[in-house]
Amino acid sequence: MHIPDGYLSPQTYIPLYGVSMAFWGIALKKIKKEVSAKQVPYLAIAAAFSFLIQMFNIPIPGGTSGHAVGAGIIALLLGPWTAVISVSVVLIIQAFVFGDGGITAIGANCFNMAILMPFVAFWTFTMIKGRKNSGVRFISAAFLSGYIGLTAAALCAAFMFGIQPVIAAGPDGRPLYAPYPLSIAIPAMAIEHLLLFSIVEGVMTVALLKYFLKNESTLLYAIRETSYEKV
Amino acid sequence: MRSGRLPMKRFEKKLWLGLIVMALLSPLGIILPEKFGAEDAWGEWGLDTLERLLGYIPEGLKRTADIWVAPIPDYTFGGDGALVTTKILSYIVSGIIGIILASIIMKIISKLLFKDDK
Repeated sequence: MHIPDGYLSPQTYIPLYGVSMAFWGIALKKIKKEVSAKQVPYLAIAAAFSFLIQMFNIPIPGGTSGHAVGAGIIALLLGPWTAVISVSVVLIIQAFVFGDGGITAIGANCFNMAILMPFVAFWTFTMIKGRKNSGVRFISAAFLSGYIGLTAAALCAAFMFGIQPVIAAGPDGRPLYAPYPLSIAIPAMAIEHLLLFSIVEGVMTVALLKYFLKNESTLLYAIRETSYEKV
Repeated sequence: MRSGRLPMKRFEKKLWLGLIVMALLSPLGIILPEKFGAEDAWGEWGLDTLERLLGYIPEGLKRTADIWVAPIPDYTFGGDGALVTTKILSYIVSGIIGIILASIIMKIISKLLFKDDK
């Protein structure tokens, strides 16, 4: 869902640059406050991980391909604000160095994958997770955090694509930018994510959360956060 | 042996090693889609594909599509027509470049954020 250059009209991508920049500003302040010295080395690991996981394109036979993003698990381990910065850094590298996602669409892509996704994932997890850090409810919370997080990002990208024909058409009535209306963009993006890509994201979130719970449970921001609230 | 931070360090090393393994495996991300005849992600078509799908290229899209020329487009050296082995090696190299750039930028950001704490 890396929106390329040319698919969004300026009246879409310019405001989204503004929104993402505002979030970056808040995120940097929040990280300074929330992240402990012990967690700092993991910021680089998180960004590198998100970059790499996005290289694993998963095919729909004879259809399109897509990939996990990792913003959900980063939000659970290091907090949503850390995910905002680390995934944004990845998306900016991808746009400038690898042409994956447009330069003009950096604000839009960061909004979908580096802002909306980690927060939706984080909220989903903390809402569903019970008291125990194991069991079906805990695992479901982790799965759904990745699953719903990525799906939300995809739907938001689909929405951005889908409104283009309405807000930017030429004198001949033909769309100037992304050509497909909401009625095509939303189902196309929703189905492929609900049936495949978001499942992969969910399973990966569960696997990594279990791994960190076993090996370095002090890193689990989402659990620390909720248990603090109860104290 | 050296300090109390040692077990943590070892865990970090393990994660970095895992990331390098991921970079080495990353060519699966092009091999599998090719094997299953899967195309680009939805909404990320190039101009040729768009023209084939629509019969025309939207005016504004044509104007801004090539606004930026990336040094390593699509994580591949040698463009779309490159040999499979070239693509596989390009992917691994891109993965390593990604690890290096992402960690350097994150290290700089953390240095700037936490510089007064020492």
